[in-house]
Amino acid sequence: MTDVTRAEICAIAIADCFAEDGEIMGSPMGLLPQLGARLAKLTSNPDLMLTDGEARILAGVPPLGSSTEIVEGWMPFRLVLESTVPYGKRHVMMGATQIDREGNQNISAIGPWAKPDRQLLGVRGAPGNTVNNRTSYWVPKHSTRVFVEQVDIVSGVGRTRAEAAGPAATKFHDVHRVVTDLGVFDFNGPGNTMQFLSVHPGVTVADVQAASGFEIHAPAEVPETRQPTTEELILIREMLDPRLLRDREVPPVVTG
Amino acid sequence: MRDKVMSIDDVIAQIEDGMTVGIGGWGSRRKPMALVRAILRSDLKDLTIVSYAGPDVGLLLQAGKAKRLVFAFCTLDSIPLEPLFQKARQGATAEFTEWDEGMFQTGLRAAAQRVPFLPMRAGLGSAVLENDPSLKTVTSPYADGPGDYPVLVAVPALKLDVALVHMNRADEHGSGQYLGPDPYFDDLFCMAADKAFVSCEQIIDTAGLTIDAALQTLLLNRTMVTGVVETPNGAHFTDCTPTYARDEKFQKAYATAAKDDEAWTAFETRFLSGDESTYQAAVRAFAEEIA
Repeated sequence: MTDVTRAEICAIAIADCFAEDGEIMGSPMGLLPQLGARLAKLTSNPDLMLTDGEARILAGVPPLGSSTEIVEGWMPFRLVLESTVPYGKRHVMMGATQIDREGNQNISAIGPWAKPDRQLLGVRGAPGNTVNNRTSYWVPKHSTRVFVEQVDIVSGVGRTRAEAAGPAATKFHDVHRVVTDLGVFDFNGPGNTMQFLSVHPGVTVADVQAASGFEIHAPAEVPETRQPTTEELILIREMLDPRLLRDREVPPVVTG
Repeated sequence: MRDKVMSIDDVIAQIEDGMTVGIGGWGSRRKPMALVRAILRSDLKDLTIVSYAGPDVGLLLQAGKAKRLVFAFCTLDSIPLEPLFQKARQGATAEFTEWDEGMFQTGLRAAAQRVPFLPMRAGLGSAVLENDPSLKTVTSPYADGPGDYPVLVAVPALKLDVALVHMNRADEHGSGQYLGPDPYFDDLFCMAADKAFVSCEQIIDTAGLTIDAALQTLLLNRTMVTGVVETPNGAHFTDCTPTYARDEKFQKAYATAAKDDEAWTAFETRFLSGDESTYQAAVRAFAEEIA
C-alpha cells in the first residue's frame, strides 16, 4: 500500500475528527466528509450514527454515491432542526466559503449583505449548528480566498463572537477542527485563534501560511498528519470509494 | 363535512396584493408549483414570500411578484445555487430577511401555536441578528444553573396570510397525505396561516387514504385546510416522490436559461406564457424532444 494520495490523507484526518464522538449523529456535508465519517464508523467509532443526507438513518455503511442500506431510523428535516440540533448529540462538518482567524465561517454570500457581489447558499443552519453542536469544517482547496482576516457574513459562529453573545451561546459551543487539503487546524491558538495541529505529508508550514490570508498560529513543532493504516486504505479503496470520487474533490498528490 | 375542492384560479382569487404567502416543501422538493405558476400569471404584486426556498422563490422574484423574501437558503438541491434568487439578491431587486433554518421552523411553530415568539439558541453571535435588526433577545425568567439566566433569541411568530402546500393525495374535505420520506414543514405552514390551500396529485375518497399507506402519512387534518385543488404533476419540476422524482433535465434547462436574459425570455415564452394545462403540454413536448 504505497502511493497514498492527498485525498486519502484528508479522509483519514476527517475520520479522526469523529473518532472520540461516541454515539451521536454525524452530519458530514460534502463528499470527503462523507467518506471520512463512514470510515470512522467502520474503524474508530462504530457507534456513530449516519443518515443518507435526507430522511433515512442508515444502519450500515454504503459506498459513496449509494444509500442502499438497511434503514434504522427516520430523520426528516424537521427532526434535524427541532430535535437533533438542540438535543446536542451531533457533530456537523460543514463546508466554508470563508473562515477567519477567530473561527467564524461564511456560506451565505460574498460582499455586503444588503447587496452581495455573489450570493451563495444563505446561512442555512450554520448559526444554530455552531451554538448547539460540535462543529468542524472541511475546505477542499486551502487558499487566501477562503482563509480571510474577517468573513463577510458570519454564518457559523467562532468562539470570540459566541463569548460576546453570552453564556447561552458558549454553553454548547464547540468548534472542533478544520481539515483542508493542506493540513489540520483548531482554534485553540492564542485568544481562541486558528492554529496548526498538523500538516499533510509533503506540505510545509510555510506553504500553508502562503495560502492563508492571515497568519495561522504555529506551535514550535507542527507534526505531520498521520498516514492511513493498511486496513483504512483497503476500506477506502475497495469498499467506500472504489470509483475514486475522492480524487475529483482533492486531485491526487502522491506523497508516500 | 364540507366540500373544499376548488380550482387553481379559485385559490389565486383568495390572495391579495401585499399579503404574506408561505410556501411549503423544501428546496426543489414537493413545491406547490402549479399554484406558484398561477401567481406568476396573475396581477398579484407586493407579496412577502416565506419559504424553505427553491425554484418557487426564484420564479416569484424574477416575475417581480415578491416585495420581500424571508429565507434561510435557496437551492435547487441537485444544482446548489438557485440562479434567479442569486440574480435578485445581487441586484437587490427585493427586500430580504435571512434567518437560520431552525429559527425559521421556530417562527412557524410560534405562529401555529399563537404565541408572539419562542426562545432558542440559534442565531446568537451570528450575522442573522445584525442583518435583521427587528430580531430581539429575551432573558430567561428561569435560572439554568445558579445565577445563570440565559439570554436567548426571541424568534418572532412567522404569521402568514396564506399557505400553499403540495401533497401526494388529499380528500375533498382537506385531509392531506404525503407519501414520500419527509413531511417537510407543511403542517406548520398551514397552521401558521389564516388560510391554507393544498394542491395535490390526486383527490381521492377518504376511505382510500389509509388503504395502502400508514396512518402517519396523514399530515394535514381538515381543520388546518381552507381549500383543496387537484393538480396532477403540479409539483413539477420539483420532486414529488414516490409519485415522481425531480425532472432533472427540465431543471437543468431552467437553470441554464435563467443565466441569460435572452434564453430566459425564450423559456418563459415556451413554458410560462399559458395556463397550467398549456405548461403540462409544453413539458410533455420537451420530454419527447430530448428523449
